Amino acid sequence: MAMPAAEIEALIRAALPDAEVTITDLAGDGDHYAAHVISAAFAGKPRIAQHKLVYAALGGRMGGELHALQLTTAVPN
Amino acid sequence: MSDTNTRIADIVNTNDVVLFMKGTPLFPQCGFSSRAVAILEHLGVAYESVDVLQDMEVRQGIKAFSEWPTIPQLYVKGEFVGGSDIMMEMYEAGELQQLMADSGVAPAA
Repeated sequence: MAMPAAEIEALIRAALPDAEVTITDLAGDGDHYAAHVISAAFAGKPRIAQHKLVYAALGGRMGGELHALQLTTAVPN
Repeated sequence: MSDTNTRIADIVNTNDVVLFMKGTPLFPQCGFSSRAVAILEHLGVAYESVDVLQDMEVRQGIKAFSEWPTIPQLYVKGEFVGGSDIMMEMYEAGELQQLMADSGVAPAA
């Protein structure tokens, strides 16, 4: 099941309001995405915790209706 | 459930480096698993792999075990390291090489 990029971005922003979210549709099929998320909420957290924040924002869709999301996270400069 | 947890704990504690993946290193069944294998091959470390497609209990159980929603999952010395994205980020930053060295992981035979 595919999920529009705008919906992914909205879910992430709802949980991390300061987040700068860049989403790339890797295959052009609305099902394989890469997301780069920049948020101050990641500061001082290990990568696993940063990614878990984003997965939590997606509320269980990751690994389900959202099959393929390559995720990278960063703290604002 | 708790049986599966015990089994998973046993696997990650008795192997220095374990990759839970879809398929096998020779025939990965998913692009993310394939990427994780490629990183481990580049690092040249000895690792064990578990094909979750062969075991539905482990396939579901591993997600609860690590509180991580996706596969592949890498464990080093019993600790969950991350999925293929984190492996790639760490590899590019030189951190995965450092982790393997610090953990005293054996090179691939």
